[in-house]
Amino acid sequence: MAFAAFGSSAAPVEQAPRKKSWIAWVLLAPGLAYLALFFLTPFVSLILTSLQAPVEFGDVGQYQTAFKIENYATVIEQYWPHFLRAFGYALVATFFALVISYPLAYFIGVTARKWPLLQALMLTLVIAPFFISFLLRTLAWKQLMSDDTPLVHALKALSILPPDGHLTGTAFSVIFGLTYNFIPFMTLPIYTNLERLDTRYLEAGADLYAKPSTTFWKVTVPLSMPGIVSGTLLTFIPASGDFINASSTFLGSAQTQMVGNAIEANFLNLLNYPAASAMSVILMALILVIVGIYVKRSGTEDLL
Amino acid sequence: MSRQLPQDPIIRDLVLQARRMQLSRRHLLQGGAIGAGALALAACAPAGSTAPTPAEDNSANDPSLVWGNWPAYLDEDDAGGYPTLQRFEEQSGIAVEYRVDVDDNNTFYGTIKDQLALGQYPGYDTFCLTEWMVARLIRFGYVQELDEANIPNKANLAPALLNPDFDPGRKLSLPWQNGFAGLAWDTEAFPKGLESVEDLWQADLKGKVTVLSELRDTMGILLLAQGVDISSEDWGMDEYSEAIATLEEHVTSGQIFGIKGNEYMQDFIAGDAVAGICWSGDITVLNAEVGYERFKFALPDSGGTLWGDTFVVPMGSTRKTNAETLMNYYYEPEVAAEVAAWVNYITPVVGAAEVAAEVYPELADNQLIFPNEETLSNAHIFRTLSSADDQAFNAEFQRVELGA
Repeated sequence: MAFAAFGSSAAPVEQAPRKKSWIAWVLLAPGLAYLALFFLTPFVSLILTSLQAPVEFGDVGQYQTAFKIENYATVIEQYWPHFLRAFGYALVATFFALVISYPLAYFIGVTARKWPLLQALMLTLVIAPFFISFLLRTLAWKQLMSDDTPLVHALKALSILPPDGHLTGTAFSVIFGLTYNFIPFMTLPIYTNLERLDTRYLEAGADLYAKPSTTFWKVTVPLSMPGIVSGTLLTFIPASGDFINASSTFLGSAQTQMVGNAIEANFLNLLNYPAASAMSVILMALILVIVGIYVKRSGTEDLL
Repeated sequence: MSRQLPQDPIIRDLVLQARRMQLSRRHLLQGGAIGAGALALAACAPAGSTAPTPAEDNSANDPSLVWGNWPAYLDEDDAGGYPTLQRFEEQSGIAVEYRVDVDDNNTFYGTIKDQLALGQYPGYDTFCLTEWMVARLIRFGYVQELDEANIPNKANLAPALLNPDFDPGRKLSLPWQNGFAGLAWDTEAFPKGLESVEDLWQADLKGKVTVLSELRDTMGILLLAQGVDISSEDWGMDEYSEAIATLEEHVTSGQIFGIKGNEYMQDFIAGDAVAGICWSGDITVLNAEVGYERFKFALPDSGGTLWGDTFVVPMGSTRKTNAETLMNYYYEPEVAAEVAAWVNYITPVVGAAEVAAEVYPELADNQLIFPNEETLSNAHIFRTLSSADDQAFNAEFQRVELGA
């Protein structure tokens, strides 16, 4: 049912070429081969691994083919808080990224139209963080938020943070990191959409005695919905599977571990491949369902 | 068709598959499907069902070497070069690529285990891992036997280290450095200092305590504090669970801020950590970094752990002789003393202490580098765990690390 949400419900276009052409298949072959090799194959392998059982009296990391469906129940029972936290953090981070990105994208795409140079400069600034490694940027934030920094001293002096409080290792820092790291993914799709916004619609709204806020909610937002939907998807999906920001090495602590960290720990430290695979499959399924419902609800399936 | 095949076993497999299929347009999809099947089968095969065999040695024609090691584990000059290593390169003509890639035994193992299991070159000709992991590599048959004829200086190995239970006579492994895990603190933020493990749990250290992600060090020290002799066989899950409960209590309450590998060093400098369970040599490196004796290290009154990191050569390396030449060089007492003076860990090389007494008289009494009997009696080696215990203990430790 979730899959249906991604398909187009529109009637087939009349002018579609009716002649069956082998050229289409030739052109399609590399793409299909790519999907088969780099999506289908690992996916089948993932599902098979998730059902494996430990070799009897086997050593660390030794598993054999089985149909151990209980693996799924076990990981849900053990790691449901991590799943919950992952989706919670991702949701909040997506919300903040949207709140920050929309005005930014609007400014670049609509307000700054008169000044192409400014537009180009601001776009570069949005993309600029990509020039530096994701890991380095996150580590830099960890440094900026650690206990002996002016920021933390100031927050403590203002009693915003209790005397024994921290910024790093808290839900705040993890959500902050997620928001920060995914802002470009939110800004760019909204920008590309708003850039084409026909401002005559806004004038028409004003002519019809709509307040600026009414015009915004009734005209601008619906028109930019495709940008918002792709921006939120590009943010929410990777954020819910992220394991860098929440890791204790970066901005998190034992209290902020997300499901990505649980998968990493099971895969690398415990060598419990079935558990790690089962969690990955569940994560994929949950994201598919959540995104499917979201796309249906926002009524934009033909805008995607 | 004589192009070299890629290193990665799975890609290699697929390339071979593709060649056999004589790739045509239509066969491509079929090949993908068969590849999927092959991969699925590969995923099902129990790891280590066929023991890897040593690669043929090509050292004579290939004077180079890749050595993987932990951070702050080799003498460094101000320019970022490694003086002892540079001298080795000049002497032997072997070009060494020294890669500081090991930050955690499990993570490192995780990144190279597939190549190890298939007997392929994992990207390193030799690397130094902690003995419990070396014990696993030996048990799985992943490492090559060393040729004593190439390492005459092996005679300098401290006799106490010659016969570990996992490798009697050190036929497949050779110690690099040993060291202590114990208590460390920032003398500026916490001048009182620490004596026992219990001291870590006081209120003014709340949220400022860091412990090691190395199970045997953190849990070893907590078990010792409970009065358990960690080298003996007469303790098990009951004692371990009690220590886990202590760890979990302080992680949940927020007393312990981090469970980390070497990254905790940055937390000490940034002020996120003030005290914790740490590795002896790291503290000296930290002091060198800040330029004065700001951090202190001590074994807790109930005892610290003694661990060792050890050279092995993976089955896939074609440059074993080069690796052995390197080991032999670092077993010269003069070289070992120079390394020890910089890394501040315990050298396994007999005679290094005497050299150090002459060249670095100020270090000769340093108990962290050249410990005497009394210090050593307060440091304990975590016993080699059975596979079942290893898995059960590790699962509990990870559970605490992941929180709830």
